[in-house]
Amino acid sequence: MTVQRNFMSVSFAALSQNEAFARVAVASFISHLDITMDELEEMKTVISEAVTNAIIHGYDENPEGVVHISVRIDEGTVEVVVEDNGKGIEDVEQAMQPLYTTKPELERSGMGFTIMENFMDSLEVATAIGKGTTVRLTKRLSFAKALQN
Amino acid sequence: MSLRIAMETRQDVLVIRLQGELDHHTAEELRSKVDDILRTPQIRHIVLSLADLAFMDSSGIGVILGRFKQISARSGEMYVCSINPTIYRIFEMSGLFKVIKFRENEADALLVLGVA
Repeated sequence: MTVQRNFMSVSFAALSQNEAFARVAVASFISHLDITMDELEEMKTVISEAVTNAIIHGYDENPEGVVHISVRIDEGTVEVVVEDNGKGIEDVEQAMQPLYTTKPELERSGMGFTIMENFMDSLEVATAIGKGTTVRLTKRLSFAKALQN
Repeated sequence: MSLRIAMETRQDVLVIRLQGELDHHTAEELRSKVDDILRTPQIRHIVLSLADLAFMDSSGIGVILGRFKQISARSGEMYVCSINPTIYRIFEMSGLFKVIKFRENEADALLVLGVA
């Protein structure tokens, strides 16, 4: 299989109906790779978690907010960046604890970051109060790992 | 694809069959529809039948746990069945199987609850 590099980015309003759009857009972009069904489902879940965080926590569901996603494919590694210009996260370490949520009244489970960590190889969060949050996720796909070995 | 919710009551058991995608956007509808039915005090148990649920993220965990707490307060039990592998892993990593019982299929769950 030819090694390839590719890139895409998309921006959309912080509306909950766009969560499905974001999942499908990213899945569609990476679907030409030799990706397993499980990997594709994991990727969709991770996109959904990061975008939902941006909408609910970054923007407090204000539809004026804009969520940016960029995806880079580089030799079997997929890097996804989900960015908002919202209110930022006060304590990232705490936010990443399983079951921790600032919005229990909305029945948020507090599992978003845990799922992202489990389904991806790496997760980095950069945030600034009043400026926004950037979540960078990478995953090396199994076909690339197999080629390497 | 959005979420289709089908519900059926059998004595004190509410069977909820989900088809499509359960995320933050669709969770609210599920929450309000189930809560409407849970106003009937006779309902004690819930069977979540997920054979046709193609996608679920942590918003699903939140809404499921919320309903579990309600029936748990009535000494009821929650069963979940027919889960796809990715959703199964999300249940597992969230610790949901500590409180919600897993059965392979709906028929099994209904049998255990005596309403098959």
